[in-house]
Amino acid sequence: MVAEKEIKSIKFGILSPDMIRKMSTTAIVTPDVYDENGMPVKGGVMDPKLGVIEPDQRCETCGNKLALCPGHFGSLELARPVIHIGFVKHIYELLRATCRKCGKLKIPEDEIERYLRLLEKLRDRWPQLAESLSEYVKRKAMKVYECPHCGERQYRIRYEKPTTFIEEGPLGKLTPTFIRDWLSRIPDRHLRVMGYDPETAHPAWAIITVLPVPPIAVRPSILLETGIRAEDDLTHKLVDIIRTNERLKEAINVGSPEIIIEDLWDLLQYHITTYIDNEVPGVPPAKRRSGSPLRTLAQRLKGKEGRFRNNLSGKRVDFSARTVISPDPYLSINEVGVPVEVAMNLTVPVRVTPWNVDELRRYVLNGPFKYPGANYVIEPNGRRLDLRYNKDLKAVAEALKPGFVVERHLIDGDIVLFNRQPSLHRMSIMAHVVKVLPGRTFRLHLAVCPPYNADFDGDEMNLHVPQTPEAQAEARMLLLVQDHILSPRYGGPIIGGIQDYISGGYLLSSKATYLTKDRVSDLLASINYEGEIPEPAILAPKQAWLGKQIISLLLPEDFNFAKEAKISSGAFKCQDEECFWDSYVLVKKGKFLMGVIDKNSIGAQQPESMLHYLIMEYGSSFGRQFMDRAFKLFLRFIEMRGFTMTLDDILVPERAYEEIREVYKRALEEVNKALKLYEEGKLEVTPGRTLEESLELKILEILSKARDEAGEIAVKYLNPFNNVFIMAKTGARGSALNITQMAAMLGQQSVRGERIHRGYTNRTLPFFERGDIGPEARGFVVNSFVKGLTPIEMFFHAAGGREGLVDTAVRTSQSGYMQRRLINSLLDVVVEYDGTVRAAYGDLIQFRYGEDGVDPKNTSFGKAVNVDRIVKKHVGWKIG
Amino acid sequence: MSEKLKFKILEHELVPEHEVLKPEEAIEVLRSLGVRPEQLPYIRASDPVARAIGAKPGDIVKITRKSPTAGKIVVYRFVIAG
Ligand SMILES: [Mg+2]
Ligand SMILES: [Zn+2]
Ligand SMILES: [Zn+2]
Repeated sequence: MVAEKEIKSIKFGILSPDMIRKMSTTAIVTPDVYDENGMPVKGGVMDPKLGVIEPDQRCETCGNKLALCPGHFGSLELARPVIHIGFVKHIYELLRATCRKCGKLKIPEDEIERYLRLLEKLRDRWPQLAESLSEYVKRKAMKVYECPHCGERQYRIRYEKPTTFIEEGPLGKLTPTFIRDWLSRIPDRHLRVMGYDPETAHPAWAIITVLPVPPIAVRPSILLETGIRAEDDLTHKLVDIIRTNERLKEAINVGSPEIIIEDLWDLLQYHITTYIDNEVPGVPPAKRRSGSPLRTLAQRLKGKEGRFRNNLSGKRVDFSARTVISPDPYLSINEVGVPVEVAMNLTVPVRVTPWNVDELRRYVLNGPFKYPGANYVIEPNGRRLDLRYNKDLKAVAEALKPGFVVERHLIDGDIVLFNRQPSLHRMSIMAHVVKVLPGRTFRLHLAVCPPYNADFDGDEMNLHVPQTPEAQAEARMLLLVQDHILSPRYGGPIIGGIQDYISGGYLLSSKATYLTKDRVSDLLASINYEGEIPEPAILAPKQAWLGKQIISLLLPEDFNFAKEAKISSGAFKCQDEECFWDSYVLVKKGKFLMGVIDKNSIGAQQPESMLHYLIMEYGSSFGRQFMDRAFKLFLRFIEMRGFTMTLDDILVPERAYEEIREVYKRALEEVNKALKLYEEGKLEVTPGRTLEESLELKILEILSKARDEAGEIAVKYLNPFNNVFIMAKTGARGSALNITQMAAMLGQQSVRGERIHRGYTNRTLPFFERGDIGPEARGFVVNSFVKGLTPIEMFFHAAGGREGLVDTAVRTSQSGYMQRRLINSLLDVVVEYDGTVRAAYGDLIQFRYGEDGVDPKNTSFGKAVNVDRIVKKHVGWKIG
Repeated sequence: MSEKLKFKILEHELVPEHEVLKPEEAIEVLRSLGVRPEQLPYIRASDPVARAIGAKPGDIVKITRKSPTAGKIVVYRFVIAG
């Protein structure tokens, strides 16, 4: 066992040329990589001294085989130094802040002394202040044009991208050699004042004299199917560097003209710059033969596909599975259906005890190919037995005794984490209880779709199996679905009834629903109800039960609740219990007396609903049980009764269309009147708007009124209790607007909140007259979906619809980036046990969480105490 | 304190109550929160209110202000130079 050690701190610095030489196992001297026989050339970039690449070989340097050889650096002595592109900013600042002759910081010695002492004091407690002091000193020195130490006159220094420094004085262009000598002259004390640590990062080392050549393990060559060896981008780049370096050396040795030497020097600078970073502004990126840019050092680290975001922050993990999801209303909301195939691949390690040894022996005996089995057995000495290749499972099973660990298949009751991307809030990962099922998809209860934002049009989800008892316990105690019914985003349940659950609840609880004994038995059987059947509400001529009676069986005996139902509106509005329309929900002492179940009582994302109070007052376990049972009941009822949607639900007689046409005709006249007023300059101007804007607003107002009227006409001819209306009114699906658009009139189409006006010169489409700003020419759709759109209307509808698509695309990318930045900055902010909110090092953010210390999850709509509800709960009805 | 101010900001409706803590009070606040002064939120000595109550760098200022959630809340700030 290697002793474990803790990393206390990490210090970053620049490798000095001496250090690079010391690290180097071999000098790289030749651009040749392989000889005629295909063997790596000594002194080339694939020199075997840089580490083993083939298994069973021993390393020339460390003597280890592949698994243990860490790889070794080589080094390349440059004929002339070049600038490290990553440090140009620092080089530029130092050149301006120090003297061109003596290299000292252009500030009097006594002042430097003072700053140094101040800096020493600041460093530990105020690191940011220390940094800005250094910055201040640097800026101050840059403004000095005569050296306070030697009196030398200073000149302005210009930086030209990417790596050129020019003195606007006698020196002109500064060579890297000159810069290196200059930076070397800066006294250590002066470097420290400017915030540099000369011990670990002397700025002179920012000029590369020796180039470290990374081990082959960092840049492995790959063997293509064709048998040709393809080298890594870095290897290619290194060869370029060596070749250029050789040519430069040669040119210097033979005494070539200065221009040629300088050209080669610049070329070397280019190669080394792109070797380090191939995306420097102003430097043409080095390309492969195919024309795609090379992925060099900086590109390996940077960005989404870089080492940090792809391999360190986001590693791939074991014990996880991903597949398509589909719905299963017979599961509990706490459960997830896992395919057998997946269950046989995912395992849970179980330590053998005298109490579970028999069970575990059965798993081992079944082996990896028979469910429920086991894939591995780990002996107390740490040896792993792979049961796939074990011929004698019986012997393994018999050998089991306390101290062994069995990695058994996933079974019913195991706890797993379930996740759907994008993981935008904490309910995006919740713990579910496994239920192994046939089929190839993950199954989940429909009520948990809202927190995951999942639907079943091909969505896939991920599943993770916690491996340690601690992790399993934590998942069960903290992450279980039932503990996330109430959302911390707003005080209210995020998990609840949707779509058919709401329609079903409404139909069952409706006044018009009477159930025979057979039906009641069927319904109660579907939820495994074991109590007594209540007295029937109707005794003669035939016994009959109300749906409300059945629902009462699920409610706690002391539960009181009163609230307007969602359907309470218009002619059917009810505001108290003395109301005929049955749209005021009243529960007294657990008896569902009045009103109907709809979105306002059991809907997801509905705060202060019946569901909300059931969960708040009777706990999440009860809440889960209530939802499991009530939703199964509603679904069973909707299955029994039958529920659909037909064309008849939105079809109105011809008479209605005549009326709608009349409405449109009147609207048209009004628009024309407004147009005339506008032309005569008599149109009333809306405050804060131009005349044209006022006209637009006026037209929009007239047309929107026309659509509303058309909708009302259609509604007048439709049965207010047909399927579509049931869905719209109860909040199960769709809205009044949807019905209007289907049955009566689509109305104005818009792009960016304005009537559609762009396209051709002064008109939207070529066959409109220029300057026509009447309704049809600007995207008003007179027809309904049932009637059908004209080609022109269809075009405008598509234009409006396209905007929606573009909007979503833009919004998701923008909010995704915002989310990333927010998470990165807030990720270690924590509510401590003393109620304060603190950052990672204990810095105070808030003195009390939210100033009142209240968890929004346990509130209704953010209010810590809802006096009204407390009174209602205890006194019951008759209040408010 | 400046007579040049055109009006008394401390009396303004939107300016919460600020108070410079005595050293022993400051120590007690830091002790009870378990923080070093620089771990508190900052207020600049040049902040108009800090100037009006004469807070100097190194002081700790107690601010009592209205809160939409809690009604009233007390927070502390560490006075920094600038
Ligand atoms: Mg989908
Ligand atoms: Zn080695
Ligand atoms: Zn000088």
